[in-house]
Amino acid sequence: MTEKLLEIDHLCVDYETGRGDLKALRDITFNVNKGEIVGIVGESGCGKSTLISSILRLTAPNTRFREGEIRFKEQDLLQASERQMRDLRGSDISIVFQDPMQTHNPVLTIGQQMLDIQHRSKQSKADKLSHAAKMLGAVGIPDPDARLKQYPHEFSGGMRQRIAIAMALMSEPDLLIADEPTTALDATLEVQIIERLQELQREFHCAILFISHHLGVIAELCDRVVVMYAGAVVESGEVREIFHNPKHPYTRRLIECDPGHIKERARILPTIPGEVPDLANLPGGCIFRDRCDQAMARCATEVPPLDQLKEGHHAACWLNHAEATS
Amino acid sequence: MLNFATRRFALSLLILFVAVTVMFLMIRAVPGDPVQIMLGPRATPELQAQLTAALGLDQPIWKQLLIFYGNLLQGDLGTDVFSGRSVTDIVFQQLPFTLELIFASILWSATLGIALGAYAAAHPNTLIDRVAAAISVSFVAAPAFVVALLALLVFAVHLQWFPAIGAGEGFWDRLDHLVLPAFAIGLSWVGYIARLVRASMLEVMGESHVRTARAFGIAERRVVMVYALRIAILPVVTVIGVGMGFLLSSAVFAEIVFARPGLGKLVIDSITTRNYPVVMGSVLISTALFVVSTALADLINALLDPRARTAH
Repeated sequence: MTEKLLEIDHLCVDYETGRGDLKALRDITFNVNKGEIVGIVGESGCGKSTLISSILRLTAPNTRFREGEIRFKEQDLLQASERQMRDLRGSDISIVFQDPMQTHNPVLTIGQQMLDIQHRSKQSKADKLSHAAKMLGAVGIPDPDARLKQYPHEFSGGMRQRIAIAMALMSEPDLLIADEPTTALDATLEVQIIERLQELQREFHCAILFISHHLGVIAELCDRVVVMYAGAVVESGEVREIFHNPKHPYTRRLIECDPGHIKERARILPTIPGEVPDLANLPGGCIFRDRCDQAMARCATEVPPLDQLKEGHHAACWLNHAEATS
Repeated sequence: MLNFATRRFALSLLILFVAVTVMFLMIRAVPGDPVQIMLGPRATPELQAQLTAALGLDQPIWKQLLIFYGNLLQGDLGTDVFSGRSVTDIVFQQLPFTLELIFASILWSATLGIALGAYAAAHPNTLIDRVAAAISVSFVAAPAFVVALLALLVFAVHLQWFPAIGAGEGFWDRLDHLVLPAFAIGLSWVGYIARLVRASMLEVMGESHVRTARAFGIAERRVVMVYALRIAILPVVTVIGVGMGFLLSSAVFAEIVFARPGLGKLVIDSITTRNYPVVMGSVLISTALFVVSTALADLINALLDPRARTAH
């Protein structure tokens, strides 16, 4: 039942910069099982995008994979050849990017772009086009045959994101990576896109790695959540468990700060004071220490390990140890 | 698209009208009485008055302008003061030589420039990129008249690979005569277009849709040549359209150095002799050429970029 599809194992990724190495991802470990929806939450700059581009190996030239493995169906993607990676991209692993207004080529028709991404198929052009039209219909684009002849700028943002989803699902991938697919859209459209994703997930049985900083969406959509902070996993577990029984102060603060959770009218929305630490010059100890109101002496000297607290629930915080020892 | 073309055509006509009117007024502001220069210091007053009347110079300036436009609408650009031939005939006899020179220059410089720029952009900060940059910058820095003289000296006089002067007869001979002048005025364009394409390509390659294309496993060659280059050449098309003006002026140098017939040479010759109708006629055609080429560039842009069709 729980067959592992994607395993990220102690992944460490640096960016070489003029100021020294920027430690973008440190010791990331989690996995995505077949047909499962896993959410990744975290502030901007927590390494979510680095993680996605590392999985697809579409990283900037100054990226260095220092340690760890990314295994997809048992194959280590960091060791795969460029040819093998290209064969995976858009067939077994698809991605929906963040900004629907920029994601399509502005000078080619949607039909042409949907034809191009079927470059592996041996079907005739007419069959490919009818497949494209069928997919557009499936994501709720009315009159898909006529719409294939149009250019991206003739569609609204919500439609463009649905087209992006249609394109990503066209090859019936095993893994769909959705990089904040609803961030650029308004709330009504967000609900539509999420519902559509759920329907399509049931239909195509693909696993989804869903990146978002919107906790409500994660709670709605995902089976499990990985909480990232400053390039590291601080907590992971089942959605229900994480939201009802968070074991890391950062997760707790994130939930408190989510506008959906605020019951009383407030003049100022709650925030987490302080800033994300400088990734080029990391302090020792816990990375969340400076912003944590429960920090102890131990937090300044030792890095808390990501411990299993109960079946499937991991957190990296000394507080859980204090509870255990006292 | 048709709507866009119509509006662009109307705009072209307006630009042409303004440019020609300004030119008409400017040429009359040049110091020196044209009749005196044409007839020389020993002409009788009667002769001078006769020529002034023939040229219509005794009329008030607004009336001269009206007459000029009236004739123009009938396809009449006036008559050459010296030979008495129709200016229309003279200009259209010279026009093909300039057109073939400009067209050949654009063709080779754009082809090489786009290839060089796209290649450099696909391999940024490599040795190839730096060599391409050095070549491009030295090409840009080479003025057409210097290149023309050097090319004449090296390839025509010393090596004798190509003919030195004239425009040639028959297709192959004309092509042979085109090589050096087209090389001379196209060279700096190669560098300019290469720099432009490289910058434009690098910008486009960084855009999200290129990442999307790669994320779908589309072959890198297709990503560069279709997904990126089709957008990156849009500014190049505009620049080439506007560049027709510069090419027309560099064509003057090439036509003088290589003693080629053409519009540039015609303008220079007729200005020195104050041959007003010929000056006006050739400037008018040059302006029209420039206006048509910018309009053409806009139309090509609109064909290549669906956004431009609706944006204006």
